[in-house]
Formats: sequence, structure tokens, C-alpha cells
Amino acid sequence: MIHSLFLVNASGDIFLEKHWKSVVSRSVCDYFFEALERATEPENVPPVIPTPHHFLINVLRHRIYFVAVIQSEVPPLFVIEFLHRVVDTFQDYFGVCSEAAIKDNVVVVYELLEEMLDNGFPLATESNILKELIKPPTILRTVVNTITGSTNVGEQLPTGQLSVVPWRRTGVKYTNNEAYFDVVEEIDAIIDKSGSTITAEIQGVIDACVKLTGMPDLTLSFMNPRLLDDVSFHPCVRFKRWEAERILSFIPPDGNFRLLSYHVSSQNLVAIPVYVKHNISFREGSSQGRFELTLGPKQTMGKAVESVLVSSQLPRGVLNANLSPSQGTYTFDPVTKLLSWDVGKINPQKLPSLKGSVSLQTGASKPDENPTINIQFKIQQLAISGLKVNRLDMYGEKYKPFKGIKYMTKAGKFQVRT
Amino acid sequence: MLNHCFLCRNEDLKEMLESSKESLKLEAMKRIVGLIAKGKNASELFPAVVKNVASKNIELKKLVYVYLVRYAEEQQDLALLSISTFQRALKDPNQLIRASALRVLSSIRVPIIVPIMMLSIKEASTDLSPYVRKTAAHAIQKLYSLDPDQKEHLIEVIEKLLKDKSTLVAGSVVMAFEEVCPDRIDLIHKNYRKLCNLLVDVEEWGQVVIIHMLTRYARTQFVSPWREDAVFDENSEKAFYDSEEERRVDQSKPYIMDPDHRLLLRNTKPLLQSRNTAVVMAVSQLYWHLAPKHELSIITKSLVRLLRSHREVQYIVLQNIATMSIQRKGMFEPFMKSFYVRSTDATHIKTLKLEILTNLANEANISTILREFQTYVKSQDKAFAAATIQAIGRCATNISEVTDTCLNGLVLLLSNRDETVVAESVVVIKKLLQTQPSQHSDIIKHMAKLFDNITVSMARASILWLMGEYCEHVPKIAPDVLRKMAKTFTSEEDIVKLQTVNLAAKLYLTNSKQTKLLTQYILNLGKYDQSYDIRDRTRFIRQLIVPNEKSGALSKYARRILMAPKPAPVLQSAFKDRDRFQLGTLSHSLNSQANGYLELSDWPAVAPDQSVRIVEVVEPAGAPVFGKSKPGKSDEKFYSDSEEEEEEEEEGSSSEDSSTLACLSEENSDDSNKSSSSQSDSEKKKKTLKNKKLQQQKPDSKDSHDLALFLSQLHSFFLNQFLASSPVFVPETSRELLHRMTGKGLSAQYRFTRQPCIYGNSMVSLQLTLSNSSDQALENIHISEKSSTGRDIHRFNASERLEPQASVTVSMGVDFNDSTQAANFQLCTKEDEFSVSIQPAVGELLLPITMSEADFTKEQSKLVGMNESSATITMTPENVSSQSVNRKVVSVANLGVIPSSQENIHRFAGKTVSSGCLVLVSVALKDPDAVITINTENTVMASMLLRQFKTALTNSGP
Repeated sequence: MIHSLFLVNASGDIFLEKHWKSVVSRSVCDYFFEALERATEPENVPPVIPTPHHFLINVLRHRIYFVAVIQSEVPPLFVIEFLHRVVDTFQDYFGVCSEAAIKDNVVVVYELLEEMLDNGFPLATESNILKELIKPPTILRTVVNTITGSTNVGEQLPTGQLSVVPWRRTGVKYTNNEAYFDVVEEIDAIIDKSGSTITAEIQGVIDACVKLTGMPDLTLSFMNPRLLDDVSFHPCVRFKRWEAERILSFIPPDGNFRLLSYHVSSQNLVAIPVYVKHNISFREGSSQGRFELTLGPKQTMGKAVESVLVSSQLPRGVLNANLSPSQGTYTFDPVTKLLSWDVGKINPQKLPSLKGSVSLQTGASKPDENPTINIQFKIQQLAISGLKVNRLDMYGEKYKPFKGIKYMTKAGKFQVRT
Repeated sequence: MLNHCFLCRNEDLKEMLESSKESLKLEAMKRIVGLIAKGKNASELFPAVVKNVASKNIELKKLVYVYLVRYAEEQQDLALLSISTFQRALKDPNQLIRASALRVLSSIRVPIIVPIMMLSIKEASTDLSPYVRKTAAHAIQKLYSLDPDQKEHLIEVIEKLLKDKSTLVAGSVVMAFEEVCPDRIDLIHKNYRKLCNLLVDVEEWGQVVIIHMLTRYARTQFVSPWREDAVFDENSEKAFYDSEEERRVDQSKPYIMDPDHRLLLRNTKPLLQSRNTAVVMAVSQLYWHLAPKHELSIITKSLVRLLRSHREVQYIVLQNIATMSIQRKGMFEPFMKSFYVRSTDATHIKTLKLEILTNLANEANISTILREFQTYVKSQDKAFAAATIQAIGRCATNISEVTDTCLNGLVLLLSNRDETVVAESVVVIKKLLQTQPSQHSDIIKHMAKLFDNITVSMARASILWLMGEYCEHVPKIAPDVLRKMAKTFTSEEDIVKLQTVNLAAKLYLTNSKQTKLLTQYILNLGKYDQSYDIRDRTRFIRQLIVPNEKSGALSKYARRILMAPKPAPVLQSAFKDRDRFQLGTLSHSLNSQANGYLELSDWPAVAPDQSVRIVEVVEPAGAPVFGKSKPGKSDEKFYSDSEEEEEEEEEGSSSEDSSTLACLSEENSDDSNKSSSSQSDSEKKKKTLKNKKLQQQKPDSKDSHDLALFLSQLHSFFLNQFLASSPVFVPETSRELLHRMTGKGLSAQYRFTRQPCIYGNSMVSLQLTLSNSSDQALENIHISEKSSTGRDIHRFNASERLEPQASVTVSMGVDFNDSTQAANFQLCTKEDEFSVSIQPAVGELLLPITMSEADFTKEQSKLVGMNESSATITMTPENVSSQSVNRKVVSVANLGVIPSSQENIHRFAGKTVSSGCLVLVSVALKDPDAVITINTENTVMASMLLRQFKTALTNSGP
């Protein structure tokens, strides 16, 4: 299936290659570079590129292109999903997935890639199996290894791969047994000029961090499971149980994992927690334009809107911006024309605003479109859909675990058209 | 210089590898792997590296493996040195070492070792460890690519591994099958059901491969579930020769889906919830290619969910949605807003979303879509704005109501400042005007006015063409435009020049008075143009339109040639014919056939033999047989792998409950069977199993069966002095309640489940199967509130909607009040009401109970005189055996078998459902006669039962 993998950095250099079958010359990447040149933005490179003898399927994450070489028919999503899984694993192992991190840990990377695919077909992609095979590097371990000459490769052979619960290893032990669940919801919305909502939907995930001894069997139930319209599970969740009783029943993997992602049914009206008042205008013939933004909270259920970040791609004709924010800081990059305003927390008594003028290129005609405003924010202790966890029970083990549930709402792709 | 350094370092590494210190060796190997990763050549170190293949240090060993696999092909002779190490490791007691040895051995691409590889694969394929067998499956593909001549032998191994029941192996072996022998569909038959059932528990990558393979398989084995189209068209020739009548019969024959086809659809459905996008896509394409059209809608939500994923995932999913949305708008219309474009999307995502929005446009939503498009036109991304204009053009041609609105909108765009936008608008307007041959002269005039400001050649050419084509509508302006063109002719682009020549020619024909000289001038300019294309065209036009003595017959037709009405261009989606490729494949994504693409065959007109998929059950008759052999009831457990022991602990509590129930019933029936020595062993076992099965079905059946309720029911029976037991025999036959002719397409059948009714203690529980044989969906099927006879009926929940050819099973309860009088009620659909009646056989009004033989005789002695009725009959010889007597009796009436100490007396006990009075039946055999005695307070029932027993026992046959 997957023949070879090339990692290409932002400046177009191949800095790592791995072959699972016979060696494919790196000149095959020339077709990729051609596509890269043609694309105006890094994201615009088509994910699937045909060449005379091969097909190149690439994903772009953390400004690194992961280019897989394919020789024959294969579902493209299969490859794409796998490449993303590789990136996730690197991130899990090295904390960041950057060119430097990969170069520093090239041996671990190679060992990982070797285990993840056999003859181009995925073999072990579960992170806990991999971690049993190859221990993630830590500073302490690196020091110890250099002194004692011991290795990163697990001495014991993994057991998880052979079990029916491949996501969990046996013999897990903790002194403090804890299970934390984060319910994180994201609002995707498009708001039009007049402030009315064109489309808004809520997507959510439940991320878990479970550190429990032995083989615990957990059940998690919701107060209002009907809210969940479409769900996808970690393989550990027993689907039949969910279908019949709307209860999540599972033997959790060890450590961090995404238990569930869901979509809130579109019949429910979505509360939009912020509003934007804007007045952006350019006059014909004048080299100045007016720019005014005011943010305010609404429908936040009494919770504070935090970490607000406003960004906007101003028209190409804009030379510079001369603005004054009532709070926070703003930057304008005259090359990329990207305006970003780090607002911080919204104080309902004193609404944050950004006012001033933008200067246009002299002689340039008035831009015909006003810029779109992208907003990011966070609201702690609130799931905007109203989803609530009812209870979490553990079976199969004797001890009493510590349980915690946290809610958070974030902006996803939240855009305001002006 | 560099080269020198490199060599130095290599010397360095060689030394390190040859040292006796592990840590130095390891360090050297790490550096070498670093070199390989960078793509540098480290092949000359091969001899030094290979020596370490048998190292004790695992990390070192693994790194050597990495090196070996990378360079073995280049250093074949030296690579052979390592082979014996792997051969030894293949015999290691540790399964993981065996697996890893096979993995590396099969990855060494050296043709000489093919026989060794073949042997190792064969051995590993029978290994006890499923993990080693999985590795063997992977090795098959490697060997096949190394030496395709081994195909026949490898197929044998594949055949063996396909039979494997482990979820670990399934995905890998199917992958090998797809690579080595995808045409050997016959190998799948026997494994089809197993693969379907295992699918949920296979690892995610394997699921994708299996689903794709099963999609292809199903298309060759089942008939099309899409009723209206294709099938009859394809057979039209045959149908033509058939007599009209026969054909009608043929058509009215309802389509019944092969249960195996259904099994596949049912077992893949939960996978739509997978976190792996490739799995979701695979299931979606399976439904698209295999499911009846009305079931397709379930994939929509999942596909839309994938749009939240990474950019690359979005790209592929959107491509597939684009293809789907052309054929089935309805699927995605409710989710239209999910396809709205965000300014942060990548350009190819934007264009795909636009494509889908255009496909979804219809009369109802066009205004919303157009409003959205207006925003896009103003986008800073001009390529995207241009694509939007094309989309507007397509909407305008597809939906005639908005053509004028769109046209006006596009005309407004002509004054846009951006060139590409204007150019695109002109081109689209040109196409639209062509499809709308009416009076749009004002638009043409407007365009002529803008002509001077437009610099994009394609747009200029389009306007010129429009002028020429509709010059009669703009008789004053066209010559003027030509005059301007004459001035700038030499500096124009080629396409503009060609259109100028065209315009000149057309004007010459229609308005020669004004334009004769201009045309001559332009033709002269063209004659000396640099481009031969233009010189050719000019020469041709001159001969065609300017009459001279030499010009032949053609010039007479010049007007008809140049001014012929032209067919309007068809604006259609680029995804129009993409569905020739299987969705979700690379070929579909690229719209061209990729290497190794396997064609999806058309549905066969007649289904091939279904029995090929039947697997003989070789397992001894144990409890799980029922669960397995009945594909209808899929395993309740989620992590179901029969091979693994951990299984036991993990079963959900629901299945635990069901097993306690099963135990309970087992005890009961054991009790009842204990002393009846006459019963053969096998009979006993069968009964136990049957009871178990029935009990297990209970919590399975969806419609209600709250366990607690059920238990409380059981409890109430305990109060009633004797233990209620589960039925010994449940007849499978169902009777007709409503024929489809009288029911206008709705037909209903009922059968007695012989279970205690969960709706009320005095009710008899019934199972109703409603099916729709009409070609329209029936809505709101329910039982009317006002039932006639005063019988207490527990209605089933109204069935919202019953699709054509679908059927649904519901349960209801009726209180017959211990009489065989029919219960009449009205079965209603949304439009109609049908009076139906259920007349119960007397035996169905009973519930079995168990008691000891002593109790039986005690109770019997109380019910004498009036309460006893008996008859003597002559038994047919085949009925004399105790088994057949038992069977006959319990099939007539729902009675429990009482253990009997006398061989020639059979006893049965039950109670009436409503009043709960005892019914005791005993059959005493006195060869050749038999005396049937019934003791009960309900004498009417006794006489009816007696009559039925008489007929049953005197009749021969089963």
C-alpha cells in the first residue's frame, strides 16, 4: 500500500525518507515540488498528485509535508488517515512535531515508522502498544541511557497487540487512581454583516485522561444524551450498549485519549456567546479607511469570555493600520496583511474596542470586499449545548478512583462577515 | 573533499561496529540509521553491520534489521549470511520473536531465498499464535511481489488463512487476497458470513480493506435492491419476447433481499461511528453501492461529520459527496449549510464546496444559495470568485426560474474592477444567452459598451462572438464594434482576431452595405497576419463570403453555414461521470483509472447460487450454536472474539443478565425432565436449548422488554402456587390476519409467541408481522382505539412509516378472557381502516406450568366429576412413542411437561391465561388404545381441548 514516505519542510527540502518496499528514488518528489510551486498558499497543494508511475498523497501538519508514495489503487483516505496518525504519534512522543524534533530523534522516528507499517500495511498504530515497544524519550532517560548504555527499546515484548483490548496494556499500576474527562465544545459559525447567524453548529469532544490500575470497566452516562446527534467513538466504547441505553461503557486505554466526538443536533438553536459591532469602510479616492470593532458578550450563561483573539485578513490594497485598542495588543503585518488583536478577557462593563484608520496604497482603487473577521475565544465551565455528564461508575476493580469532569466551550471556525 | 570526509566517517563507523562494546556498536548503528534517513548511501558498511544480526541487545538488533531490509537487495550475497539467524528464530518459543523473524526474512528482497520464504510462510500460517499468522499474511504479499510465479502456492496459503477465525488475521489476509488473487471470488463464499460477523472487532485498517472487498463481492453475488431502475431495462430484450402477462407477473414479484446481503449492511452500519475516517468512508461507499436507495440516508450525517476533520480528509470526502449529490440531491440538502465556504478554507476545498452547493440547488433553495454566492463573488481569492461565477451560470441554466435574476446579477458583475471576474462573467453570460435565444439585446448592448474596458482576451472574444451571433438584434452597435476592432486588430490576441474575422463575416452577410469596406480591410489584415491559423481562416472566409466567379456552390450557402442556429452548450458538473469509479477509491479521486483498480461489476440479473455461502456447522451442539448459526441475531457482545479468554470478564452486564435467565430456565426444564426416563437424551438437550434460546431472545428483542418488568412478571407467576415455566414448544407457523389484496398493499400475519405477555397478566402475547407490498410507503399503522368486541387489547406502538417492500414485527397483547371467541379490531393506516379478527386456538389460551408428579396427582384428585372429561382413542402406531405423544400434545396446547414415573402415562400441566385455573392433561397408553383425561374447572375448554387432542393423536404424520 504505502511504498515510501518523504518528509518535506517548508523550504522544500526532503529531510527524512523511509521505504517499506524497494527503494523509490527521491526524484519522485519533483512532481510534488512542482505542485508546491504552483500553489499560492501552502494549504493549496492538492492532497493527491498523480505522477507517471506513482501517486503522491500528502498531508501538511506543523508546516511539514508528509508525502507518501503509492504505487497502486488504495483508498486515499486510508493513507491520509494513516499519515495523520503518524503525526499524532510523533507529537505524543516528542511533545512537538517539528523538523528539529524529528531530526533530533531520528532513530526513534525510524523505529516508530518501522513498527507502524509492515510492507506498507499498518501494523501497530495504537499509541500504547507503540509505547511498550519503544519508550518515548525523556530528558532523564536520555541521561541515564548515555551513562548506562541501556536503550529506548522495550526489553519486554508487547502484550497489547495480542489481546482483545489492544488499546490497553496489562499490569498498569498507579498509586493515585484518577480519571479526568474534559467536555470541550466548539462553535462553528458564520455571522453575516447584519449580525444574524447564517450557520452555526456545535461540535464537541470528550477527551479523557485515565490513570487507573488494572482493568477498570467504566460507564459514563449523560443527563441529556438526546442532544447528541452524531457520534464517533474510540474503539473501546461498546457500541451496542450505546445504541440500547445511551450509556458509554468502555475499558479505557491508559493515559490520554479521545473518548468521543459528537455533533449536536442541528434542530437546537445555537447560542452565540459573542457579538461584534464593526464599521469598516473605505472611500473611493481617499487613501484612508475607517476601522472600528467592538466586541461584546451575549448568551454566555453568566460565564466570562476569555482568551479572545480577533484576526482578519485585510485587503491587499491596505498599506498600514493605525489603530488603538481599548485593551490588549494588536499587530498588523504589512506583508501578509494579517491583522490580529489579542483581546484577552471581555469585561461586560467596559467592552473592548479597536478603533482607528487604515491607510491604503495611493492610487489603488477601493477594495470591493470588506475583510472577514475570525474570532477565537474560550469559556470555562460551560458546555454551550447544555450537555451534562450524569455519572461515572467503575466496575471490575476494588479501589475508589478520583473522578473529575471539566467543561469548556471554544470558538471553532467562527467567522464574521463584514 | 566532502566525499573524503564521508569515507573517513565510514571508517570510523566500521571501527565502532567491530569493537566489543555494545554501546559503541549501538551508537554506530544509530548514526547509520541517521544516514539512511537522510537518504545517504551507507551500503558499504554492510559486512560490518550484518555481523551484529544475532546481537542480544534488542535495540541494536532492530536497527540492524532496519539496515538489512534497506540494503539486502543491493548486497544479495552478503545478505544470505543472515538468513540462518532468522531460520533459527522462526523456531523460537516466543511468538513475537517468531513473528519478527518472519517479518524481516520476508522483507529481504533476495530471489534466491524464495523457497525458504515459501516454506516459512506455509509453516507460519499454521502457527498457533494468531499474531504469527497475521505476519504470514503480510509475508504473502511480499513474496508475491518478489516472485509472482509463486502465485498458485500462495493462493493455497491464502485459502487456509481465510478460514482463520481470529480478528487479528482477517484484515491482513484479505489484504493479501486483494493483492494476489482478487478474482478468486470463490474463496470468499464460505468465509463471507464469518467476515461479516467479525468485522466490528477487526482492527480499523483491516476493516477498510475487508469492506472494500465485500463491496465487490456483494455486487457479483446479490441481485440489485434498486427496484425501479436498471434491472428491467437490462432485461428489456428478454421481456420483449415474453408475453405481456408473464412480464407483469415478473414485475409484481416483490424483491426480497438475500439475508446475506442484509447481514453485510447490518454489520457494517455501526462502523459509521468509527473514529477512523477511512472506515467511515468505506462504509459509506458500501451503502452507496449496495444498499436500497431508501436506506442510503444514514450515511449522510457521518460523511458530513468527516468535514470537521483535517483539510486533506475534507478534500476526499467532498469529492465523494460531489459525486453523490449529483445523483441524489435529497441526501445532502438538509446539510446544505455545512457546505458554506469559509474564507479560511483552501482553494480546492472552496471549489469543491461550490460544486456541491451547485448540485444541491433547486427551486426551493436557490435564493439562499444565490445570496451565499453573492458573498463569494466578492472574495479576495479571485480564482474562487471566478469559479463562483461559473456556478451561478450552472444554477441559471438548471433552474429556469432564476435565469433572469442570475443574468442580471452577472451583468452587474461586468462593471467589477477585477479583470478575472469580468472575464468569467462575460464567458458565462455568453453561454447563458446561447441557451436563452430570446431578446437579451440590452445585455449585448451593455456588453458592447464595456468592451473597451475589458482586456482579458477570452472575454473580448466572447463578446465579439455574441455580437456576430446576434448581430440582427443589435444592428446599430455591431458595425461600430467592428470598426473599433479594425483599429486595434494587429495588437489583439489570436482568439480575439479569429472572432473579429468571424464578426466581420457575419456582418458582411447581414449588413453588407455598412460593413463591406470594413470587412475587406480586416480580411486584408488577416491575410498577412503572423499566425497561419488566422491566415487560413481569413482565406477560407474570403472564399466563402465574397462572391467571385471562381467561388463554387459553397458561397451560396455561406449564410446558412455561418448563421446556422447553434446548439446551446450544456453546463454540467465536472463530477457528472465520476460515478463510473467506485467511490472512495484513488481512481475516483483522480477521475482516471489507477494501477490495480478493480472494477465494480454490475448487479447480476439472477442471483448466483446462495447455498455456496452456507457453512456446515461442525461444532458439537453446544449452547453458542444458536447465536452463531442464526445470522439474524448477531452477537450481543461488542468485543466478541471467541478465541480470547479475557472475553468472559468483559461481557456487558446485559448479557450477564440474560445468562442468569437462561440458567433459570435451564433449571426448570431440567426439573421437568429429571425423572422422565423415557425421554431420550437428545430430546432433553433440544428442549434445554430451545428454552435457552427463547430466554436469550427476550432481552434481545428491541421493542421493549425491560428486564425488570419481565422479572416482575415472572414473580407474579411464582405467587400462583406453581412455577410458571417457559413453553416447551413454540410453533413457527403464522396465520394470516390481513391479505395484501384486501389490505391495499398492507399485509399482516400473526403468531402466538406462547410467552407470558408483558403487557398484562391476563393477556395472550402475539407477534404481528406487518409488511408493505405496495409501491408506496404506508404511514402511521396502528390499531384503532375503538375496538369492537370489548376485548382488552394492548396495541402495539404505531409504526410511523413502512417503506415499500419493508416489513416490521411488532408485539401486542390480547385478553381473550379464556374463550376462543375472536377478537375483532381495526388495523388502520393513515388512509384506510381494515377490520380484522384473531381467533385463537384453544391451546394458545394456556400457559405452561411445572409441578411435581405428586402435586399433579393431588390436584387431579381435586378436579373430578364435572371437572373431568376423558376419551379413549386408538393410536396410530407411529404415535405410540413417548416422544411423539409429547410433541403432539405440546404442539396443540401450550402446556408444560410433568415428569412421570410411569412409562405409559404422560402428564401435562398448564393454566388458563386470564383466570389462571389449572388445566391438567394426562395421556395413558394402553396399547393400542390411549385414554386422554383432562381435569379443569373450565369445562368448555376441556371439551374443546379433548377434541383437538383426539385429532392430533389419531392423525399420523409429524
